[in-house]
Amino acid sequence: MSVLIFIDTADGHVKKASLEAISYGAKVAEQLGTVAEGVVLGSVSDDLTSLGKYGVKKIHHVAKDALNHFDAQVFTKVIAEAATATNAKVIVFSNNLGGKAIAPRLSVRLKAGLVSGAVALPDTSNGFVVKKNVFSGKAFANIAVSTDIKIIALNPNAYQVIAGEGTAEVVALNAAVDTGKVKVTAVNKTSGEVVLTEAEVVVSAGRGLKGPENWGMVEELAKTLHAATACSRPVADAHWRPHNEHVGQTGFAIAPNLYIAIGISGAIQHLAGVNRSKVIVVINKDPEAPFFKAADYGIVGDAFEVVPKFTEAIKKLKGVA
Amino acid sequence: MKILVCISKTPDTTAKIAFTDNNTKFDVNGVQWIINPYDEWYALVRAIELKEADPSSSIHLVTVGSADAEPIIRKALALGGDEAIRVNADSHDSFYIASQIAEVAKQGSYDLILTGKETIDYNGSSIGGMVAELLDLPYVSLATKFELAGNKATISREIEGGEEVNEVELPVVVSSQKGMAEARIPNMRGIMAARTKPLKVVEPAAVDTLTTVAGFGLPPAKAGVKLVPADNVEELVRLLHEEAKAI
Repeated sequence: MSVLIFIDTADGHVKKASLEAISYGAKVAEQLGTVAEGVVLGSVSDDLTSLGKYGVKKIHHVAKDALNHFDAQVFTKVIAEAATATNAKVIVFSNNLGGKAIAPRLSVRLKAGLVSGAVALPDTSNGFVVKKNVFSGKAFANIAVSTDIKIIALNPNAYQVIAGEGTAEVVALNAAVDTGKVKVTAVNKTSGEVVLTEAEVVVSAGRGLKGPENWGMVEELAKTLHAATACSRPVADAHWRPHNEHVGQTGFAIAPNLYIAIGISGAIQHLAGVNRSKVIVVINKDPEAPFFKAADYGIVGDAFEVVPKFTEAIKKLKGVA
Repeated sequence: MKILVCISKTPDTTAKIAFTDNNTKFDVNGVQWIINPYDEWYALVRAIELKEADPSSSIHLVTVGSADAEPIIRKALALGGDEAIRVNADSHDSFYIASQIAEVAKQGSYDLILTGKETIDYNGSSIGGMVAELLDLPYVSLATKFELAGNKATISREIEGGEEVNEVELPVVVSSQKGMAEARIPNMRGIMAARTKPLKVVEPAAVDTLTTVAGFGLPPAKAGVKLVPADNVEELVRLLHEEAKAI
C-alpha cells in the first residue's frame, strides 16, 4: 500500500502547493507506516528526483504530450490508474484549482471518501478523521471517512513545506491516456506578478484610497514585500482594479501568511475571503472599522501618510534603502 | 437547450455560526437561509441569460434537501427557473448529494449542468466534478465566462495567475464563479409567476455516504488587535518581523 500524492505542475514546473501536498502526504505515510509516492502528468522541466527531500520516495511520471493540457476527465482516469498501480490507500491533492477539479471526480471513480479543504493531518487514533474549514473559515468540521481509499485535498498554505534529505526514484508509468473533450484555445496570464491565491503576503486596499490613481503606494508596498495585490469588492465593482484582484465572499478566498488591509472597513463578506490569513494588519483612519476586531495588528491613521512610511521602514529592515 | 442548475440552501453570509448537540449539529436557531450565492448569482443568472438569448431553452432547478428548502427554490423560480425538482433528503456528504443530482440529470438529458463553485457552508467545491464523473461528462471548473455558439461552448476558467479559454461540445458540467454573470433581484412578476411553477418532489435513490461529520468547532478567538501609533510605523515593522515573524 502507499500514500499517493498528485504533483501538480504549471508550464513544466512543480507548484508550491504541490510541495505542501508532498510534505503532508509524507507525514500521512509515516503515520500509517507506509511510503509516500507521487504521480506527475505531462512534460516537466524540473528535476523530479529532488522532490525526494520533501519525503516522496517514488514518482510515477506519465509523460505523454496529451497531458500537457489540463482536462479533469482525462487526468482523473490516469490518476486512478496510478492509484491502482501503487495500491494507494490515501490520495493527497492540493485543494488548488486543479485539485478542486480532479479530486471530486476521482472520489466517484474510486468510490473513495473525499475531504476537500483539509487543514490538518488526519487523526487515525479512532478511524480516519480529517479537519477541514467550513462556513468560509468561520468554523471547522472533523470529517470521518469510512471508505477503504481516502482522498484528501489539502488547503493551500495550511501545511508547511518540510525539506529534508533524500532523492526520489522516478519511473515512467505507461497509463492509457484518452483524447480529451476539452480543448484549450488560449492561456492569458498576468505575467511577472505574484499569483494572488499562492502569495505568502497580500497587500489589499479598499475604498479608503479614494481612486485608482492612488494605487501606486499599494503597489510599491507589495513590491517591497514581494506580495500580491488585492482589493475589496466596491473597488473591483467601480473598475478601479481588475476583478481578478477581488478578495472576499464572492471573489477569491485567500490564506496568506500576512494580509495587509488598507482603507478596507472589513465587512463580513470581505472577512469571509481573508479570515484564514495567519497574520492580519489593518490600516484605517476609522477606529470603529470592524476590521480591527479581526486584526492582529493595526494602525489608526491616514493611509496616505502611513503607507509610504511603512514601505520605507520595511525597506530599511530589508536593507534595500 | 435544456439547462439544469444545481441549487443549495445555505445560511446567510452574516449568520452567526454556532453548534449544538455537543458540537455535532449546526445551530439553525435564528438563521436566515439564502440560495448559495455562487449558485444564484453566477450559475442561475447565467442560465437565465442563455435562455433570454434562446427562448426555446428551458431551465430546471434541482436541490437536495428537506421541505424547508422550498422558500429558496421559489426564489430561484422567481428569478427565472422554469421548474424545480427537490430530492427529499438531507445529507452533508457530497457523494450522496451528487449521486441524487446525477439521478435527476439522467431523467432529463440536459445539455448543460451548472453549479456554483462551492457552497458557502461546507465549502466542498465537489458537486460539479462528482456529477460530471457520475455522468461521464467533461467538466470545466471555476468558470468566469461562458459563451455558446450552436453546440459548442467557449468557457474561460481560472488558472493560477490568469485564465484559460476552453472549448467543449455540449453536454458539459460547469462550475461558476464571479465573472459569469451579474447578480439580479427577482421582480414582482417573477415572484407571482413562481407560485404556480412546478416544484416536483422526488424520493432519493439508495446511495451510500462516503463521509460523515464527526463534529464541529470554532477557531480560537483572536487575542485582540495590537494597535501601533500612526507615527511609529517602525514599531509595526518590528512586531511583524520579531513577534509575528511574518516579514
